[in-house]
Amino acid sequence: MSALLEVDSISVSFDGFRAINNLSFNIGEAELRAVIGPNGAGKTTFMDIVTGKTRPDKGDVKFGTPSKSLLKMNEAQIAREGVGRKFQRPTVFEDQTVAENLTMALKAGRNPFAVLGWRPSKASVARVADLAAEVGLAAQVARKAGELSHGQKQWLEIGMLLAQEPRLLLVDEPAAGMTLAEREQTTALLVRLAETRAVVVVEHDMDFVRRLNCKVTVLHQGSVLAEGSLDHVTRNPDVIEVYLGR
Amino acid sequence: MTRKPFILRNPSILVVLAVLAAFTLVVTALSAAYGNGVIPTSTVKVLGKTLCLALAAVAMDLVWGYLGILSLGQMAFFALGGYLIGQWLMYARTEGIVAASLAQNPIPPTAQELQEGVANQIFGVVGSADLPLVWSFAHSLPLQLLLVVAVPGLLALVFGWLAFRSRVNGVYLSILTQAMTLALALWLFQNDSGFRGNNGLSGLQNIPGLDAVDQATLSVWFLWASALALALAYVLAAWVVSGKFGSVVRAIRDDETRVRFLGYPVEGFKLAVFTLAAMITAIAGALYYPQAGIINPAELMPIASIYLAVWVAIGGRGRLYGAIIGAVVVSLLSSWFTGGRAPAIRLPGYTVNWVDWWQVALGISFVLVTLFAPKGIAGLFDWLAGALPPQRHGRDLGPDQGALQEGEAKA
Repeated sequence: MSALLEVDSISVSFDGFRAINNLSFNIGEAELRAVIGPNGAGKTTFMDIVTGKTRPDKGDVKFGTPSKSLLKMNEAQIAREGVGRKFQRPTVFEDQTVAENLTMALKAGRNPFAVLGWRPSKASVARVADLAAEVGLAAQVARKAGELSHGQKQWLEIGMLLAQEPRLLLVDEPAAGMTLAEREQTTALLVRLAETRAVVVVEHDMDFVRRLNCKVTVLHQGSVLAEGSLDHVTRNPDVIEVYLGR
Repeated sequence: MTRKPFILRNPSILVVLAVLAAFTLVVTALSAAYGNGVIPTSTVKVLGKTLCLALAAVAMDLVWGYLGILSLGQMAFFALGGYLIGQWLMYARTEGIVAASLAQNPIPPTAQELQEGVANQIFGVVGSADLPLVWSFAHSLPLQLLLVVAVPGLLALVFGWLAFRSRVNGVYLSILTQAMTLALALWLFQNDSGFRGNNGLSGLQNIPGLDAVDQATLSVWFLWASALALALAYVLAAWVVSGKFGSVVRAIRDDETRVRFLGYPVEGFKLAVFTLAAMITAIAGALYYPQAGIINPAELMPIASIYLAVWVAIGGRGRLYGAIIGAVVVSLLSSWFTGGRAPAIRLPGYTVNWVDWWQVALGISFVLVTLFAPKGIAGLFDWLAGALPPQRHGRDLGPDQGALQEGEAKA
């Protein structure tokens, strides 16, 4: 299986601190992957590099078929290539309605003139309604996002990611601040999403990762410590030493 | 899918247009030229100029209230528009005068002699007799009208491109815009910049070719033109900020980074709005200065742009009609209080003279509005409509400097 995202021995330092050290990482077309690791292991920096927020000092990041280097693109271009990112804290546009938030995220022309000429169509309105229903916000479409609860904002953001139709979804701690029921819903959604696209989940919560039931990559000090099923990596003595043993 | 026409989805547009039309009709009916003369010509000019300021305020609201960039250099575009139309006004009028005086010579003047005569008349005051390169198109009204939009638009495009691509934001961007207008003012102050230094351009109230029309009539014509420009720009601005484009622009104001991760080229949107606003502002300036009659580089000093920001803040930013209300109310009050006609308040031992104290009062009301009524005068309309949502206090809606506070973003 050819890889959708190929991260090839990247390194990055901040003021002499090596946040990422010779990290290589691959993920296939329709794969669910969990990335775990202690604080400071470089999980967020890794996401920053893939989405263009941080430039690596060396190494390469290739994406798509035929594969293109992401290093020369800015955040917006990478997003248009098909990389979606879910932030840890829900970031939705609170001054705008749920429908407006979703409409903005819909896959469509992104340059200012295309947006200026964009008019809602039957299809786009139906798509927004479907997305809202899918993330359980059907009754809230006309409400301002700022009035939603924390969990609902998380869902709205996931809905926006779906609207973008990304080929690779990077999800940063999706379960943070969610109730048990919401977590179960989220797990089911992520597993379903991974049937049609690649999903990388960064998570602290072991139970959540176990429920995802997928391949796990353990990061430590900016490089891959172990990779495999959760049972496999939790038996690895190095992993127990740096992460689980404490 | 059937959608209601654009105007019906935004009833505030109809209200603004109706009020503007009624205002124009009333002033016309009371003017000296077309009515009973209750409103003197000088007041008609003040009202016409006020409409131009309101137009500039609408553009400022696009940039600040919707895009979140507190530009403190908007009046540079305003004055540039004035200078560019002033070039033609001054050149064409001087040309007429010079041609008339040379016509008395036995030999008719050549084009060369005519141009030298004009240059001598215009630039004698700064000790020069050559027509500077920047006056190359001053003989042609269509070209100069094109420049009125093109030059400020290009300046905004280049300035914006440099500033936005290096991701300068918030206070730093405000300072940069202020530096831009200050630099332009200092350059114009120089005699050899080709714009008559601190003398500026004058006699702009005399429109070449319209010598037979008196100022009373001209002032009403300019009032009509200003009202029309304001109406058109208002509809254009309202159209731009409605729909998905407006959605993206407000999203940039509240959380620029997130918009980037949605795949939108944030810099492109900022440039588009900033440039559009600069061109609208320039048109406002081109209509303002023929009514004012004179323009000089002091008009570009940062304080003018700061006033514009104060008007928009008091009127209510993020509401286009708020910008108009703010500009009209505050600038008319300003000219009344500083005009010496406001009655002084006699306190025991001290007389509050409004000419001296108006600035202080304006400053205090700006602070009070910012603190207690962040939606400005426009917020009154929400209050009257009973559309007050539950109070939510606290944090910014987005991490950027320009983001609205939760309290401001209601309804």
